[in-house]
Amino acid sequence: MTATLPGSPPQHPDDLAHQLEGSGDVADRSFRSLAYVAGGLVLVVLGLITWTMASRSSDALSHMGLDFFTTKRWSPPNRVYGILSFIWGTVYTSVIALTLAVPISLGIALYITQVAPLWLKRSMIYIIDLLAVVPSVVFGLWGVLVLSRHITGFYGWLSSTFDGWPVLGTIFGSNPQGRSFFTAGLILSVMITPIVVSLAREVIETTPQTEKEAALALGATRWEMIRGAIIPHSKGGLVGAVMLGLGRAMGETIAVALVIGSATGQITLNALAPGNSMPAVITAEWGEADTLKKSALIAMAMTLFVMTIVVNMIATTVVNRSMKKSRGGA
Amino acid sequence: MPVDTDSQQPHDVSPSTHSSDEVFQLKDLEVHYGKFRAVRDVNMVLRKHEITAFIGPSGCGKTTVLRCLNRMNDVIDSAKVGGQVLYHGVDLYGSSVSATEVRRRIGMVFQRPNPFPKSIYENVAFGPKVNGVRSKSELDGIVEESLKSAALWDEVKTRLKSSALGMSGGQQQRLCIARAIAVQPEVILMDEPCSALDPVATARIEDLMQGIKDRYTIVIVTHNMQQAGRVSDRTGFFTTEVNPDSDRRTGMLVEFDRTPVIFSSPRDKRTEAYVTGRFG
Repeated sequence: MTATLPGSPPQHPDDLAHQLEGSGDVADRSFRSLAYVAGGLVLVVLGLITWTMASRSSDALSHMGLDFFTTKRWSPPNRVYGILSFIWGTVYTSVIALTLAVPISLGIALYITQVAPLWLKRSMIYIIDLLAVVPSVVFGLWGVLVLSRHITGFYGWLSSTFDGWPVLGTIFGSNPQGRSFFTAGLILSVMITPIVVSLAREVIETTPQTEKEAALALGATRWEMIRGAIIPHSKGGLVGAVMLGLGRAMGETIAVALVIGSATGQITLNALAPGNSMPAVITAEWGEADTLKKSALIAMAMTLFVMTIVVNMIATTVVNRSMKKSRGGA
Repeated sequence: MPVDTDSQQPHDVSPSTHSSDEVFQLKDLEVHYGKFRAVRDVNMVLRKHEITAFIGPSGCGKTTVLRCLNRMNDVIDSAKVGGQVLYHGVDLYGSSVSATEVRRRIGMVFQRPNPFPKSIYENVAFGPKVNGVRSKSELDGIVEESLKSAALWDEVKTRLKSSALGMSGGQQQRLCIARAIAVQPEVILMDEPCSALDPVATARIEDLMQGIKDRYTIVIVTHNMQQAGRVSDRTGFFTTEVNPDSDRRTGMLVEFDRTPVIFSSPRDKRTEAYVTGRFG
């Protein structure tokens, strides 16, 4: 007997035992090893990066101590490295970017998924995905050549209009500059919008049709249906989408470097003032750096790395918690 | 032949009659999905405080017709409704009629329990809230009343704040009924409400329907003939016919009559074949 088909009855118990031993899972096993190696590789690379950065940043950190994080004086000729103002620049431009991008992105995502007719939906998705692949240097050059020059008039108007107002008077403060925190935030908001839209769109589309119909059947308008069925269902995923946008905004280098104004030591709520951000400083100053300064720049990169990880961890926690809350146990 | 008003044939509905116990009057209703005609020539009258059942094989258009009664087919882009759906004499598909207003008066319970991922309380309060009830005490009252009507209050009164998704399927479906009741509709449409439930939960839903029928007009689509026989006052039997020019089937209403008549002495051979289990 040769070539017995798997289902055909064995001639003898030994034949069955032989058949069940199986040799066909070689492929399965090699796939498993491949998957292990690929997965492990990620951890190895991450570990090596962390180790390299930690060891090479130690010079600057031991030289400056905690002052590295808590002071804003950055003066390489005097061997003084305080990065607080760059941390501020990164945080502030990201916050501005999120403030501008999140409502617009969620609006676009809701429009695409809930309102737009099919043909418009397709072309909007296409255009927005196109926006996502524009290289950041293009945004940066457009920002420095066009936006920062032509927006000064608008900044002047903002500054004088809100002069003396609480909060807004501070944010749109005096002496507005074309290259500033706000311009960087604006460019960043354009850059993160496509990401947030794509993710939000996919999250929103996971809302079951039956839940949307449940809301509509109760006499809800489209907006009430969005608030009652879609938002509760996709809250976690939407937070995740925003956090990924935030991650991109915090790490963006070249576009920010071109439009933020490269002013050192600026910690101000005045969004129209120039400043600087961590990744922008690293690229701008790496070429001419001596050993200690390089160490300081690496320590700064490490700081950014930790900040993005923390943002991601917070995002994961928020997402999980809201999922658990909505899935609910008794 | 004298026409018994209780056993109108589909085409006996004359356009001008409209008595006060008629809630819906369907005239030559037909629905297309794109170019495909899903159901045609439905003529029937649905009466106040009665339970009307739609039965028939899959694809016969019974759910499609049900979803015309509260404009739920609007949600499907390609759906086009022809003919008339008169609700107390007003054409629901008239140009000035708002689907939102229609659905406030004509509630719906779906095939699978579909509570929102929110608390039990918030599920029931959602409808009243979108319809403008703001006062906390008023909402509390509506929630309690609705849950009592849906025979769910005693089971959930101590955990109103916990998630609706933690309930059993039968409880979830009763919650969905409570949620529909909470907006005080006149009509409740039920689209195979028990198809995802076990027999015990199904029996509870059927009891519940009997309990609320003196306050609401109920239309139920069901695959389960015994269920139609148990709960309904009138039954409409739908079936499909093969189109000569394509393999897609169009649904149609074959017979509509008092439930005992449909089940014991139907006029149409197709109805008889279906209710005696020889087909479908």
